[in-house]
Amino acid sequence: MTTAESSTTDFVLQAKNLNKAFGAVIAANEVNVAVPRGAVWSLIGSNGAGKTTFVNMVTGYLRPDSGTILFNDKDITGLEPRKITRLGISRSFQIPQLCAELTALENMLVSLSSANEQASFFRPAHSAESVANATDMLERFRIVDYRDRTMAELPAGVRKLLDIAMAITGEPQVLLLDEPTSGVAAEEKYPLMDLVMEALDGSNVTVMFVEHDMDIVARYSQRVLAFYDGQIIANDTPDNVMQDDSVRRYVTGGAVATAGGV
Amino acid sequence: MTNSRFFVPVCCVLIFAVLVGIGFIIPQWAMFLATMALAKGLVALGIVILMRAGLVSFGQGLYFCIGAYVSGLMANWTGITDIVLLSILGVLVSVILATICARLLSGYRGIFFAMLTLSLSMILYGALSKMSIIGGTDGLNVSAPTFLGYAPEGRALGFSLYFYTCLVSVIAGGLIRVYFNSERGLTALAIRDNELRVEYLGSSVKSAISSGYIMAAAVGGLGGVIAGLAIGHVDPEYAYWTTSGEFVFVAILSGFFSITAVFASSIVLEVVRSFSNLYFPNTWQLVLGVFLLIVILLLPNGLGSLFSKRRRKGGSE
Repeated sequence: MTTAESSTTDFVLQAKNLNKAFGAVIAANEVNVAVPRGAVWSLIGSNGAGKTTFVNMVTGYLRPDSGTILFNDKDITGLEPRKITRLGISRSFQIPQLCAELTALENMLVSLSSANEQASFFRPAHSAESVANATDMLERFRIVDYRDRTMAELPAGVRKLLDIAMAITGEPQVLLLDEPTSGVAAEEKYPLMDLVMEALDGSNVTVMFVEHDMDIVARYSQRVLAFYDGQIIANDTPDNVMQDDSVRRYVTGGAVATAGGV
Repeated sequence: MTNSRFFVPVCCVLIFAVLVGIGFIIPQWAMFLATMALAKGLVALGIVILMRAGLVSFGQGLYFCIGAYVSGLMANWTGITDIVLLSILGVLVSVILATICARLLSGYRGIFFAMLTLSLSMILYGALSKMSIIGGTDGLNVSAPTFLGYAPEGRALGFSLYFYTCLVSVIAGGLIRVYFNSERGLTALAIRDNELRVEYLGSSVKSAISSGYIMAAAVGGLGGVIAGLAIGHVDPEYAYWTTSGEFVFVAILSGFFSITAVFASSIVLEVVRSFSNLYFPNTWQLVLGVFLLIVILLLPNGLGSLFSKRRRKGGSE
């Protein structure tokens, strides 16, 4: 899981002809994506456009009605989330999914023990080595001051960072971040994204993040996938996507025209 | 200190020494009461294991009954009376059955899990009640146990049984404390909080719940073997829902933070019941109910929260 497996292509993740409908609502309509290893991509689109459905299908929460998802050329379509995590695809959540009654340190310890192939019935969760590793991770995200606090006592930004820190504990090859800056104060968004990118620096992790803030998208992603009505309407560099007529009409609307001064 | 690898063994030895010391001074009726309390405490400990993963079993009487019947039937059919062998057999049969049941139960949560465990125990109750070949509703008598060749009688038998019960309770309690402190133990607490996250971290929730259920069955069977031998009689009531309810009562009274509290709560239940039965023969359940109500109001996380570092801020969270 820690080292990239050999692949016949340069793509770590490929989605081929993915379709998913919830009754009359089409959440994915012939979605085709090929993501190169080490890339940082963002997913944009209005609410209900199919971004989170795509993330949920890739991570096993939803099974596509048809189509294939390949990870290192291996078909992972419909596998259980834990099996996909074990293979090397990890995710964080729009609403941080933490263990509410555990402290920040214990949340990290849970993710560390889960990252082992098999957690032990005998090895203490609070062993000196595990605590040191967990503390080190909290330090990387600069939230070590909160290590002994439970979720109720954590600010929103810290919860987000802890959620992401837990997701990267298993050293994934692909990391999907679902709206990493949502619910975070405007002035904390850039520092939060800087911290995440800094923590991932040099790890060659492929990152895909869902985002509504176009400034964040433009600053941190190399390529943008724009979703509308379950389809990918643009797949290009941030500059080109922002200039795309369909994207401006269906995704960014007038807000980007103003922000971009166009 | 509490993180030292010697902490649990040292505590176990000290608690065992104190319990055995108490055995020398208490009268025989109290020794029997303590033996039964510890045996039932073992079963309640199984519920506590599940409670840590957010589940409550209303059917631990199933394994209590199986342990008791294994001891009774083995003694009657094969002549095996050695308590160590009977304990191993009781645990083994319980674990085998639990391994099968866990496949079904690990997919259910909350009230569905509780009701399914209850129904499994009631199936056994119904089956045993109709099986006249092993006594039906009357049950069957169980021979006095032997202890690795030693066959005591009278007070010596009571003390030997008490000594053995203390020994296995302390060993089981120590092992389960090691589990609670382990990576798997912490994962169980995480499952209680957020099952979805645990799955997305790569751990199998079903596997964690199955292993907890099997551990609970093992201590349940062990408690049943001891209870059957201590009373000298087993009947289908061991699997009846009110018996399982007693174990849930003990588990709620103790909370899931302290193992010592589980046994202490079991002793409290036995003492309150014995004396209430004596002084308020028709209303002793009322006394017990009021007592539980007071504990829930004042200590929502049970008696164990008095001793635990992991003390929570009440039941509101």
